[in-house]
Amino acid sequence: MRYAMALDTRKCVGCSDCVVACQTENNVPLGFCRDWVKEVVDGTYPNVSIELRSERCNHCANSPCVRCCPTGASHFEEGGIVLVEHNKCIGCGACIESCPYEARYSHPDGYVDKCTFCIHRVREGLDPACASVCPTKCIYFGDIDDPNSRIVNILKNRKFKSLAPEAGTKPQIFYLL
Amino acid sequence: MKEELFVSGRNIPNIDPYLNIWHWQIPSYLFLGGLAAGILFFAGIFTIMGKENKMATTVKIAPMFTPFALMLGLFLLFLDLKHKMWFWQLYTTIRLESPMGWGAWVLMIMTPISIIWSASYLTEIFPNWDWKFKFLKTFEAWIIKNRILIAWPMTIYAVILGIYTGILLSAFNARPLWNTSILGPLFLVSGMSTGAAVILLLSKDHKERKIMSRIDILLIIIELFFITHLFMGFKAGSEAQINAVNLFLGGSFTAPFFTFVVILGLLLPALLEVLELRGFKVPVVIPAILILAGGLIFRFLIVEAGQITRYLY
Ligand code: SF4
Ligand code: SF4
Repeated sequence: MRYAMALDTRKCVGCSDCVVACQTENNVPLGFCRDWVKEVVDGTYPNVSIELRSERCNHCANSPCVRCCPTGASHFEEGGIVLVEHNKCIGCGACIESCPYEARYSHPDGYVDKCTFCIHRVREGLDPACASVCPTKCIYFGDIDDPNSRIVNILKNRKFKSLAPEAGTKPQIFYLL
Repeated sequence: MKEELFVSGRNIPNIDPYLNIWHWQIPSYLFLGGLAAGILFFAGIFTIMGKENKMATTVKIAPMFTPFALMLGLFLLFLDLKHKMWFWQLYTTIRLESPMGWGAWVLMIMTPISIIWSASYLTEIFPNWDWKFKFLKTFEAWIIKNRILIAWPMTIYAVILGIYTGILLSAFNARPLWNTSILGPLFLVSGMSTGAAVILLLSKDHKERKIMSRIDILLIIIELFFITHLFMGFKAGSEAQINAVNLFLGGSFTAPFFTFVVILGLLLPALLEVLELRGFKVPVVIPAILILAGGLIFRFLIVEAGQITRYLY
């Protein structure tokens, strides 16, 4: 089992519903976020192209944050979900420095926090909050080891990329182009 | 032209513009670690060479400052932690892949060695010192007899500690400015140079100072070579690396780096030391203080700049 997410950059309208849904679902403190939407504008008017990307922790298969954590607070859960165990985290900040995607932040309570793929929902068979609220249904979540899953299907039929694969992190979030 | 905008949530001062999570504590910790490593390295190596009486300050007096430097360093590391109540977990886990983890362990091993070493010289330096308890006296006598036995691991650990201060940063692939193996040797040499500066400050023996000045000049030359090498390596690297090094070659870190680190922290003290060796009267405090300040600023700049550099995607 290997959980992954595919986001359709052509269907995304940048409404930021996923961001708000995450903040509500996970009680993210005010002024922080676990996911965010980036708009990348390429070219000069009138020849411009826009890519809208909802970004979050990539739940990397070769994750530097898990490697550099001195206490094992950052660890892998089932399906490769990268989690931080709050009571083991000493807040040294090493994992924040190690993440090429700037996906982690220091929670006001001291520990480090980030996207969990809504593991509490996934364990109940639900989609992560962001995927479930997206009005254009552009977020696909699932098991890429299961050949019949929706996410495998869409990755088979579309062109896609991941972010900074050259960082060697084996990111598990894919952007459909 | 490529432009990146945040549509949502992300344009908030708490997380962006860059994830500057390490402030003054980490560079100061690295500075103190490097400095202690430098002093203990010289103390160990001159003992192994059998020169403890010729290099009395280096071997006997300067190391007395290292337990304090190391403990202060550990305290600064503690200050850096945001979840302080869980601090002890650093020492209940051994994770070899984590530079933060094994750094804490190296310091934990180095501190007692430095305490034992300094304590064994207390009665020699302060003749009125009394250990009070018999077992302490027996222990002291044993150590004094077996100093060489301690000097070896101390020298080796000093090198590990010195290199570690660079490895802590270079292990982060995500920060292009740090992600180069030359940072380990560079921080080691710089740490040794600051250690030598402390010895120069403390020593009253003209001959000893001369030897340390010579060593220091050599270290500064090696350091300049490493810095050039570091920059050249980046210049020949990927775009992320080129952007990283451009912070120091034209970017916002250029002026402080070249003024305080290269000119005031390396070139000027080296020149003053050469002049002194040639017989000119230069108060030794000046080059020593310059080297110490340069070393500290160097670490501040590298830690600060590294946190700005990132992968481009
Ligand atoms: S995106 Fe960052 S925080 Fe998430 S697994 Fe990868 S390195 Fe760790
Ligand atoms: S901040 Fe916490 S989760 Fe991150 S590396 Fe340190 S102990 Fe591990």
